[in-house]
Amino acid sequence: MSRRWINRITFLFMGLTGLACATVILLVALILGHIAYHGVHHLSWEFLTTAPRAGMTEGGIFPAIFGTVFLVLLMTIAVVPLGVCTAVYLQEYAPAGSKLVHAVRLAIQNLAGVPAIVFGLFGLGFFIEFAGRSVDRLFYGGQLHFGQPAILWAALTMALLTLPTVVVATEEALRVVPRGHREAAYALGATRWQMVRYVLLPQATGGILTGTILAVSRGAGEVAPILFTGAAYYLPELPRRLNHQFMELGYHVYVMATQSPDVDATKPILYATVFVLLTLTFLLNFSAVVLRARIRRRLAEGR
Amino acid sequence: MSQAASADPPAADVRVQTPAIEARSLSLFYGSFRALKDVDVAVPRREITALIGPSGCGKSTLLRVFNRMNDLVRGVRIEGSVLVDGRDIYRPDADLIALRKRVGMVFQRPNPFPISVFQNVAYGPAIHGMASNAELEEAVERNLRATGLWDDLKDRLRVPALSLPPEQQQRLCLSRLLAVEPDVLLMDEPCSTLDPIATARIEELLFELKKNYTIVIVTHNMQQAARVSSRAGFMLLGDLVEFGATEGLFTNPRDQRTQDYITGRFG
Repeated sequence: MSRRWINRITFLFMGLTGLACATVILLVALILGHIAYHGVHHLSWEFLTTAPRAGMTEGGIFPAIFGTVFLVLLMTIAVVPLGVCTAVYLQEYAPAGSKLVHAVRLAIQNLAGVPAIVFGLFGLGFFIEFAGRSVDRLFYGGQLHFGQPAILWAALTMALLTLPTVVVATEEALRVVPRGHREAAYALGATRWQMVRYVLLPQATGGILTGTILAVSRGAGEVAPILFTGAAYYLPELPRRLNHQFMELGYHVYVMATQSPDVDATKPILYATVFVLLTLTFLLNFSAVVLRARIRRRLAEGR
Repeated sequence: MSQAASADPPAADVRVQTPAIEARSLSLFYGSFRALKDVDVAVPRREITALIGPSGCGKSTLLRVFNRMNDLVRGVRIEGSVLVDGRDIYRPDADLIALRKRVGMVFQRPNPFPISVFQNVAYGPAIHGMASNAELEEAVERNLRATGLWDDLKDRLRVPALSLPPEQQQRLCLSRLLAVEPDVLLMDEPCSTLDPIATARIEELLFELKKNYTIVIVTHNMQQAARVSSRAGFMLLGDLVEFGATEGLFTNPRDQRTQDYITGRFG
């Protein structure tokens, strides 16, 4: 092949790969721009602080914001201790190369690959039908209190979904603690728990926090797991107890997009809601990235 | 252990005669690799004992046998026995925590925890049950004085330990260790990351410390071994080739291999 042809082919592939990148950027910009363009002008203090009115054709989204925050908070309370303990066990306690560790790692990887809707069905079957009903039978004489969709069950289902994120982030954070710190603690006569509690965990806090933020951001955006486990179409009151149902931003978007009695009246509200949801997740992701960069830098400097 | 653990035993007790640490036909295996071969050694009290030898000769491994740090490595197996104060530390009911409290270790690279100077020194007393602030402050001051850090750092106890220069970090690690009140200090090339001036100052500190502690130091640096120790052992390929008074070992070695090493024929 002549020199000229080689150059042409080189140029062609450079163009193609460059075009692919440009397409990605363009698509993201298009989506964000579209949503921002249609969403921003409907944003107002009133929109953020009032409830929907007139079949979601008027009013704001406060109950959905409140429900999202409540849900994510409960989820965090459930997932962080479970995830951190799992990671600490895998990294520090389990005998290296044991079958159990292998099984747990495999389970976590598989958990990360399960479609979100399956988590939703699992939550319905396990938490509501089994756990909830059992609680009702044991403590309420069979009266229906917990055997129904509730924010507690939705949060626990979401915690399962985000568990791999927290476990993996914590394991990573523990792995980078220098071996010398572990040895130093042991050489002072520390027990394994004292080593973990006072040497490892303080150094892993940043990594655990990063994992938590990523889990929260994921939890704030997912709809499928809460579809059957607690999210409600519309509620006149905010959830006050763990067994109340709740409204949630992602679900609210879904409802407005599919069930609105007046599509044109709902549209600006829908755009603004999506904008709020996206802003929320972006902010969370962004803070996770910043935090992780800061931790990397600190480790690189050996401080 | 109960007798040994009491703070001030009577002067004439058995501990004066028994060596601080004794290994009897000790072999250590990493999997199928034999890293120590039938080592017999007796470490005298309140003296500095140096272990020298080329890289990979097993001197660090031997040191790590004495406080069972090798337990952290997978696939390690021990034959023979190791006695601390006459008690076998590898017996099944041995108390690992108590052993490591009595036989502490300073590492090659200074490894202070990434917390403040104060917290580093207070870590040991705190995990061993010292709770009151006054006691902890007293322990921190006493052990920073013991390593000559107090005057430099008394106004900077809250600075992060990792912001100190390497020599001070190593002294801090020593303070942290002294704070758990050990009897034996194991030192694994404690000066290898320090410059010559800092090394000289740490050596002075070792002289100071040997009045109250039994010290075993592993070193690459033969001059250092000759300067600081009163006993020395030369190791090669897992064998303790020669062990005896430092002066004799350096001026009149009994073994040809020791002779070759200290005259620089290999190493």
